[in-house]
Amino acid sequence: MATTAVVGHGHPPTTTGLDHRKVAIWAFIGSECMLFTSLISTYLIYKGRSVTGPFPHEACNPPQCATALKPILDIPVTSASTFVLLMSSLTMVLALAAVENKGKPGWGQGGWWGLGSSKLWLLATAILGATFLGFQAYEFTSFVHEGLTIRTNLFGSTFFTLTGFHGAHVTVGVLWLLTLLAIDIRRGLRPKDTLIVDISALYWHFVDVVWIAIFTLVYLIR
Amino acid sequence: MAHDPHSHPEPSQADHTTMGEVHEHPTWKQYKWVALILTVITVIEVWVYYIPAFVESRLFVPALLIMSAVKFAIVVMFYMHLKYDHKLFRALFVGPLSIAILTLIVLLFLFGHLAINAG
Repeated sequence: MATTAVVGHGHPPTTTGLDHRKVAIWAFIGSECMLFTSLISTYLIYKGRSVTGPFPHEACNPPQCATALKPILDIPVTSASTFVLLMSSLTMVLALAAVENKGKPGWGQGGWWGLGSSKLWLLATAILGATFLGFQAYEFTSFVHEGLTIRTNLFGSTFFTLTGFHGAHVTVGVLWLLTLLAIDIRRGLRPKDTLIVDISALYWHFVDVVWIAIFTLVYLIR
Repeated sequence: MAHDPHSHPEPSQADHTTMGEVHEHPTWKQYKWVALILTVITVIEVWVYYIPAFVESRLFVPALLIMSAVKFAIVVMFYMHLKYDHKLFRALFVGPLSIAILTLIVLLFLFGHLAINAG
């Protein structure tokens, strides 16, 4: 491991030799791990304890439910949204690589459509994030139409709280990416801006890994 | 029009001297392989979900948990660069994550979702 003193940005050297902003984002991500694990714990503890339907993986028939209800989770749709979020992580690392290598031989000089364009990859990541949110909005709407709200049963309460918190994090991530894209368009992101892109990338990938856990624990495991 | 980054010999192995660490990141080729592996694992996860005999078996839940853990670790190591970064960052992530997972397991035991079959 090789570390050096913090360079540039007008910040004084730190005792760890690491930029405080990056230490802060990792500490934040650590605390977010605990937040999401508490929400996942709550979901798992109450799993299978709903008195009335709709249920995630099982049908609900009278007299338990007033009318016959089919299992509510739509695995094909959620699989598609999972794939979209995974691909957004790829475009995010490509955006970071484009910023840190900008100006080097063989790399783009700020155009929009080259594979070395940070604008292209930031935009792609924001669009993929927005697409994921679109899938989530579709899912939530269809659940409500099928009779599942946050107040219907324990499954509804824990499911909407968990996935809603995750969706809120994705929304923040999309806004963050659009802000970076605006900066890139206005003045251009340069290699010295690598850290601010890296911090947003860490947040974005964290949102992705949380979904990896949610997809398995909530959607696939019956 | 930007150049094709694939033509660059080691395009992504940049030093992060601007953030206080010197380390190498994966290459574009590695990033694409990581994306492919993540996609394949996701496809397998969804595929096994639709095999009733496997869903009924004792392997179903452990298999899904292992696949999910592998995906989680791949993203953290390669996309979040934790494999290449300073060990303080690793401690800041793995520490709280370990406490959280331990708490989750204890809660599942406490509420009867997990049990140790001693008999």
